[in-house]
Amino acid sequence: MTTPADIIALPSQPPRERARRRRIRIGDFPVIPTAILLVITLVAIFANQLAPHNPEIGSLTMRFKPPFWQTGGSMKYLLGTDQLGRDVLSRLIFGARVSMVVGIMAVLVAGVVGTMLGILSGYLGGWVDQVIMRITDTWLALPALTFAIFLAAIVGPSMWNIVIILGVTYWTRYARVIRGEVLSLREREFVRLAIVAGCSKWSIMARHILPNVINSAIVLGSLMLGVVIITEATLSFLGVGVPPPQPAWGLMLSDGKQGLMVGYWWLTVFPGLCIMLMVLSANLLGDWLRVKLDPQLRQL
Amino acid sequence: MAGEPLLRLDKLSTHYIAGGGLRVVRAVDEVSLTVNAGETLGIVGESGSGKSTLALTMMRVLPMAAKIVGGHMWFEGEDLVQKTDAEMREIRGKRIAMVLQDPMASLNPLFTIGNQIAEPIQVHEKVSRATAWERARALLKAVRIPSPETRVRQFPHEMSGGMRQRIVGAIGMSCEPRLLIADEPTTSLDLTIQAQYLNLLRDLQREHGLALIFITHNLGIVAKMCDQLAVMYAGRLVESGPVSRVFNAPQHPYTKALLNSIPRMGDRDHRLTAIAGQPPDLSALPRGCAFAQRCPQAFDRCRAEAPPPVSYPAPGQTARCWLVEDAPAEAVPVLAGAAV
Repeated sequence: MTTPADIIALPSQPPRERARRRRIRIGDFPVIPTAILLVITLVAIFANQLAPHNPEIGSLTMRFKPPFWQTGGSMKYLLGTDQLGRDVLSRLIFGARVSMVVGIMAVLVAGVVGTMLGILSGYLGGWVDQVIMRITDTWLALPALTFAIFLAAIVGPSMWNIVIILGVTYWTRYARVIRGEVLSLREREFVRLAIVAGCSKWSIMARHILPNVINSAIVLGSLMLGVVIITEATLSFLGVGVPPPQPAWGLMLSDGKQGLMVGYWWLTVFPGLCIMLMVLSANLLGDWLRVKLDPQLRQL
Repeated sequence: MAGEPLLRLDKLSTHYIAGGGLRVVRAVDEVSLTVNAGETLGIVGESGSGKSTLALTMMRVLPMAAKIVGGHMWFEGEDLVQKTDAEMREIRGKRIAMVLQDPMASLNPLFTIGNQIAEPIQVHEKVSRATAWERARALLKAVRIPSPETRVRQFPHEMSGGMRQRIVGAIGMSCEPRLLIADEPTTSLDLTIQAQYLNLLRDLQREHGLALIFITHNLGIVAKMCDQLAVMYAGRLVESGPVSRVFNAPQHPYTKALLNSIPRMGDRDHRLTAIAGQPPDLSALPRGCAFAQRCPQAFDRCRAEAPPPVSYPAPGQTARCWLVEDAPAEAVPVLAGAAV
């Protein structure tokens, strides 16, 4: 029951409330994560110009040089060199390119496949839905990493194969989420109106369903970017990822792990830091997008 | 009224079949109706009486569980029941259009108004985008949207409820259909907007010689808009005929009860009469007349045997009741149409 006191108390609330909300909204934008992702992207694009050395060729006389601020380090190799005398900084810079390309392409492959199957499954229903969802269930029951390793063992290592492997490993998450969304969308009046206006199923899916699920797909994509990059690093670490001469962050971690015991910390800490920053940034940006694009949360 | 009517439903039945045939809901049961070109038919009945299912049946856009189990729908000489899905798509939106229950939600929030009005035109008439948009602007003008030039480029959230409603109407009219089915098109609007919209529909109908089927539970709208009236109860058509006849001389006890339960301005002496009881479960209909349990005049025969599909108490009027043959039409109390 509303007491008179409640009614009187209400009008004083809104201005302050609104101001607080507005502040949160603006302050919410993840500036630092976005900046980090932007820097990594730029570094990936201009790797050729930025890298001081060739990332794949080193000189054995220059092995295990520490970063410049430690004794024995030199300004020529800012972050030191690895066991083959290759410049760690240059390898990190080119590794950003591998991580970005693999991450974004794999998310795209997974997103396109998953969204399409999700829409088909949710909109057509019936046996199409049954078939797609049972495949999805089976897929989800497989341990993702083991499955990815298995696939990698079959198709062999190459950067583009990793993209495909990660795509076929992770499409199921899209299919599930998008199907759920479509199930509620297809009962919406504007979809019915399109049906009674004589539009075909295909044009309804393309014109009315797809644009309405794109938001969710984008949000999911930004969250999946982190997962995909971690998996790529894990595959590289396990030796079934990007093949050795190419500088992938996960591969660098793997190569440096023996060195860690004898004090060559820079071989693992720097690539590890890069992976962590990128995944963290992707997740924070994804969280923000999710809140921003979800109409229910947006109203808050 | 010579010649074949525009639409003639002949013992049309649509059932929802669940549990592999164990549970059958007779949502539309042997409904026969006719609609002539340029005429307005009102279909009334309480919630769950099968009105909306009947509308969906006429468009052939039933949910998966529902099946047309019998009867015919003759539309301009063709039986819509026999049409393939592809053929129906040609008809939907082009020759039979529909305005849905909640026009507020009928527009896709992501597309401009012009886009959505032009869509059925492009689908059905294979005209260029520019032509379709030109037509969209003309339609907005026809449904009295001010400054159509700018409105056509705006999004649904920039419109008021009444405007969105008229836009949905414009989409319905976009391919100049012969028949427009409006399923409770005004329930979500306030009264003044309702009246505007009804006037608009009537003007459009006159200009284009359009036949209208109005599905509603508002008898006031029926009185204002319709030439013919059909009353549905538990999936069956209990009474139909010209509005003036059904209002002034209702034959079926259900129609009488329905008309009696309308509140009347200035009547302070009587309590509002309601129809006692609940409509029957459509999956377990009684053996006899579906209304028998609630009917004040029911007798043994009503409970044992369903009344025949049609009797003819007066020309053009039909009712499904055992009493009708005996009831002289003039003995029925007069209910003025203006009062509802």
